[in-house]
Amino acid sequence: MISNIAFLIVAVLGIGLFVWQIRKIVRNINMGRDKEISGNVSERIKLLLLVAFGQQKMFKRPLPAVLHLFVYVGFIVINVEVIEILIDGIFGTHRVLGVLGPVYSVLMAINEVLALLVIIACVIFLARRTLTKVPRLTRGSEMRAWPKLDANVILITEIVLMFALFAFNIADQKLAQLSGHDLPGVFPVSGPLMNVFGSDVNTLQVIAGVGWWAHILGILAFMNYLPSSKHFHIITSFPNVYYTKLEPKGQFSNVESITHEIKAMLDPAYVVPPAPEGADPQKFGAKDVEDLTWKQLLDSYTCTECGRCTSVCPANITGKLLSPRKIVMDTRDRMEEKGESPLIFNPAHYNEESERVKVTEERTLLRGYVTPEELWACTTCNACVESCPVNINQLSTIIDLRRYLVLEESAAPTSLNTMFNNIENNGAPWAFSPSDRFNWADDLFVVSKN
Amino acid sequence: MSEKKQIQVPVMADLASRGETPEVLFWVGCAGAFDDRYKNVTRAFVRILEHVGTKYAVLGMEETCTGDPAKRAGNEFLFQMQAMTNIATLDGYGIKTIVTACPHCFNTIKNEYPALGGNYEVIHHSTFLQNLINEGKVKIAGGGEFKGKRITFHDSCYLGRANNIYEAPREVLAALDADLVEMKRSRANGLCCGAGGAQMWKEPEPGNKDINVERAEEAIGTGATIIASACPFCMTMMADGVKSQNKEDSVQVFDIAELIAQAEGINA
Ligand code: SF4
Ligand code: SF4
Repeated sequence: MISNIAFLIVAVLGIGLFVWQIRKIVRNINMGRDKEISGNVSERIKLLLLVAFGQQKMFKRPLPAVLHLFVYVGFIVINVEVIEILIDGIFGTHRVLGVLGPVYSVLMAINEVLALLVIIACVIFLARRTLTKVPRLTRGSEMRAWPKLDANVILITEIVLMFALFAFNIADQKLAQLSGHDLPGVFPVSGPLMNVFGSDVNTLQVIAGVGWWAHILGILAFMNYLPSSKHFHIITSFPNVYYTKLEPKGQFSNVESITHEIKAMLDPAYVVPPAPEGADPQKFGAKDVEDLTWKQLLDSYTCTECGRCTSVCPANITGKLLSPRKIVMDTRDRMEEKGESPLIFNPAHYNEESERVKVTEERTLLRGYVTPEELWACTTCNACVESCPVNINQLSTIIDLRRYLVLEESAAPTSLNTMFNNIENNGAPWAFSPSDRFNWADDLFVVSKN
Repeated sequence: MSEKKQIQVPVMADLASRGETPEVLFWVGCAGAFDDRYKNVTRAFVRILEHVGTKYAVLGMEETCTGDPAKRAGNEFLFQMQAMTNIATLDGYGIKTIVTACPHCFNTIKNEYPALGGNYEVIHHSTFLQNLINEGKVKIAGGGEFKGKRITFHDSCYLGRANNIYEAPREVLAALDADLVEMKRSRANGLCCGAGGAQMWKEPEPGNKDINVERAEEAIGTGATIIASACPFCMTMMADGVKSQNKEDSVQVFDIAELIAQAEGINA
């Protein structure tokens, strides 16, 4: 059968292209520094179930959470139908999973209800973005043409895919009825609409064919669009959540090379362990993407651009330049500029410079994308980290970039340099004499009861 | 009978020379030692320690900055220098348990010193006070003078999100029998006072508003007459924020230790 062969070719090409793109992304992530993240398997699995599968953090905002849940569950359940489509497509069968009998009926019924909910959710999402313009989704220097277009492309694609599914189901049922055989499955949504396409067999066959092909082609296209899109999070959020930093949020990473240096300073007998063979001399902190860890790079491939982090950031709320989402998106942009672009859709809008953030010519993450002004506005309050539904750690990147500014460039703001000097000279960040440190205890009384 | 008694705050070096060890080392912190307003909190906490008879000591002039602001500002080198110096002092005295009123000192010693070889049990004073109340060592009979007063608690980022301590300070406040009100942004969703991450020592970047003003407005908006804090930076920032709204006559900022010492009637 020609159509089976055509289907097979299309499917193999689509999947092959996807694998090719994924390999580029893996190479990009591997640009980052090595960092061992292991252990605590049970805790990590618990997080994976709660945060990634269970969408726990989405429920901080109930309305989008429920809508997102429809799309997410719909996506998973409808995949069952995709399996069927694949098998039918390759072997020329028709509704092969129908052999499951009542199970199939339930599956199809759930499928249709979910497909309808997906349409409703996507329409509301579109309205929120384009009509009511929810600020966190539309505002901010990082929300340029491409991220906005991207979101809409995905939402419209999903709606189209669901309609294709319904068209296929409607025509298929009508055809079955006309030919007098039984179609397996129960179709609560398309069933009542069975007659909308009339009863011309040829037309119905075309509609069923188009609906079926549109669905499978749409899915393959969608899959290959993912790597260019924030929707890549449907893949990366799982590993990203699994590798969440489990230490308390206030615990910042320790720079071990500095520990060795200081120990050697304090104790001349201290032997600094040799660096691993062939390792490049490491800079302190991060200037560019290869100075970040693979986890920080994975973070940026996981960002859904939802803006939850930026909308709770005290610096952003009060009008400062800092937007944690921008830092994450900048990291991704820079990584793809420096490494390989997996994009098939290489949107030129991506590099459009934003109005307020003036970057320099130097094409590194620091200064080329993220300016020191943004970095210095961070209060390290962890609100962004807490809010992120996919457990991205925006703060760790901010600190690594700050470390580069201070340790490699001595480019801290003057007042911070004064603070550093005070600590060095007086053991306190303020210019007080260490000999006054205990003055608070002078003439101290307590009312002693009985 | 109640009478005033002078306190000679025990210094670790003296204790060590007598071969004694305290139950806890009270880490005062730089704000606790030098900030005029915050010295009251240090004294209030010492009064509580004396009142309940905890065997404590301070490092006195041997204490130096934990290095928190240096680390947050990216100066890892300076941070580690400070940390190693402090660890040498603490280990030299065989310190096991540390209590501190500063969430920044708490976080740094508890979470960041272990990687440099300093391992201690570190307790924030909110947890410490909560335990005293639970054990019945601090009673505040009848709720004291704050009974029925409207109080709102401002979460410190380094206590809350950074270390998941949300309930201890609230339970301490509950002992006051006051009318506790929450701000809309509280606990894990609390809004920073604006001073963390070394912001305390620099001018804010250009924007529309200062963060502490935003937060103070929110706190004042609850109708509270007392803003309770558990962090020296939060205290400064909230007090300044209240002042910027010309509300310093009707809204006051207190640390939870001050409220407890006051309610317990041990302030001299
Ligand atoms: S940690 Fe920094 S970037 Fe994140 S919310 Fe707080 S101030 Fe904003
Ligand atoms: S970093 Fe997290 S919270 Fe921020 S925009 Fe990306 S996904 Fe949303």
